[in-house]
Amino acid sequence: MDGSHRPGPRRRGREGSSSHPPRDRVLVLPGEEIPGQGLKPGPGTYRVGGKVYASVLGLLSPRPPFVQVVPLSGRYIPKPNDVVIGTVTDVQGTFWLLDIGAPRWAPLHMTGTPWQVEIGETEKFLHVGESVVVRVENLDATGRIGVTMLGEGLGKLEGGSIVRISPARVPRVVGRGGSMIQTLTRRTGAQVAVGQNGRIWIDGDPDAIARVREALRMIDEDGHRHGLTERIDSYLKSTGASGEEGPREPPSESAHRDAPGQRYPPPPDVDREVGDDDEPAEREVD
Amino acid sequence: MGNVGAKDVPVLMSPEGLRLDGRRANELRPIKITAGALKQADGSAFVEWGANKVMAAVYGPREVHPRHLQQNTKAIVQCKYNMAAFSVDERKRPGLDRRSQEISKVIAEAFESVVFAEEFPRTSIDVYIEVLQANAGTRCAGLVAASVALADAGIPMADLLPAVAVGKAGGHLVLDLKKEEDNFGEADLPMALVPQSGRLVLLQMEGHMTRDELATALDMGVAGCKEIYEKMKQALRDRYTVSGPADGGA
Repeated sequence: MDGSHRPGPRRRGREGSSSHPPRDRVLVLPGEEIPGQGLKPGPGTYRVGGKVYASVLGLLSPRPPFVQVVPLSGRYIPKPNDVVIGTVTDVQGTFWLLDIGAPRWAPLHMTGTPWQVEIGETEKFLHVGESVVVRVENLDATGRIGVTMLGEGLGKLEGGSIVRISPARVPRVVGRGGSMIQTLTRRTGAQVAVGQNGRIWIDGDPDAIARVREALRMIDEDGHRHGLTERIDSYLKSTGASGEEGPREPPSESAHRDAPGQRYPPPPDVDREVGDDDEPAEREVD
Repeated sequence: MGNVGAKDVPVLMSPEGLRLDGRRANELRPIKITAGALKQADGSAFVEWGANKVMAAVYGPREVHPRHLQQNTKAIVQCKYNMAAFSVDERKRPGLDRRSQEISKVIAEAFESVVFAEEFPRTSIDVYIEVLQANAGTRCAGLVAASVALADAGIPMADLLPAVAVGKAGGHLVLDLKKEEDNFGEADLPMALVPQSGRLVLLQMEGHMTRDELATALDMGVAGCKEIYEKMKQALRDRYTVSGPADGGA
């Protein structure tokens, strides 16, 4: 593909992780035995008769004495404090039900919004099909997902369009320290907000939106291959043609200033929590 | 063999021990599995197995419809097996029939015994199997496709579920019947195996076999399942392999 990426050994274990051996990215499948003795089963694994097996398709991630498998696919599994993008699927008297791509719909209670909502008047504020940025607040054992719209960067999304990618690819879209997001926004002039659930909101001129969409498609499909950043960068460069670095007006804030409420979840808020747990996915970005 | 319409029965096993398509008794038909064949589903797979072509899609875990089926402590597995109208020579009348309901049921139950349903209470894992072209053994092909699709959908489970049928044709036990062997043979014994534990989670039989034949047939089927298991794993590896030099060494 891109001739630019360097072959050969890469900087591995760059985070000075002398305590752990370099993270080997071994793909395991459900039912595969995980070799090693005295292992304790972490997430994505199970134990039968002293042996540990993988229960999901994913990458092996040893955390001695535990082993866990980080899934490479599947629905979004909510974690507290994740910022996600949801779409209203149902309106009830005191709450809305949001599809956030999780196993269950997430109720957003009217008290979890910055609005003065009267009981029975929920419909005046959000309709089926509209999208919001919310934060996962609590999870209970029955799988109920409580979300809130109170907080910086949360709120209703107006305009723009939403793209869905695999939640496992979100760390790749953000990039190390937000590098990929910066590339996307800088090269296109579009505004991009990434939910941890793999829903991505894009706004800007139609051409910019189309280019970001295409870049996201590339990340979603080839995110596990090397040289991703370079490929995305060169794609955006090659399509940038005329306007290239041109339309860099501070993210079209002015264009929407008259709209009410806070609408743009600042991407930095989102990439904060990427990388502490899921680095396997973003590890070899470049 | 004292079959009634014996004059029309093709020779299912040659004196040299070769079957209609030249296979030996314990040989599988060629199998090709493609994981992730559909974009929209949470997981999917396409299986070409002999002349069978089967597509499987998995959605979920997701909200249960209809609601009253919801279980408070675990996910339910719902399966819909369907044969396309054009999947057989004579048009298959579309829609639910006894056969497809039965197959949907046994496949759903097979998966219920391996899926870790407690992780997703009050949800449903929906498995759709569409047979596009049928040539005997579609429930096994459907099960294999659905199992790869479940793994592709990131569903936690004890193991993949390889499946195959053993039958009796022309007086011989044979692995993986094709259509003529199924139609003119004496018995058909589809099974699905959990390789990790060695348990069978689907076992049905049609026709007649002696006790000894049944024991041998089970052994043949288990061996066949293990062969299919490797192909299922390879299909998933092909889709998810983290390629590149850094990974080869690690």
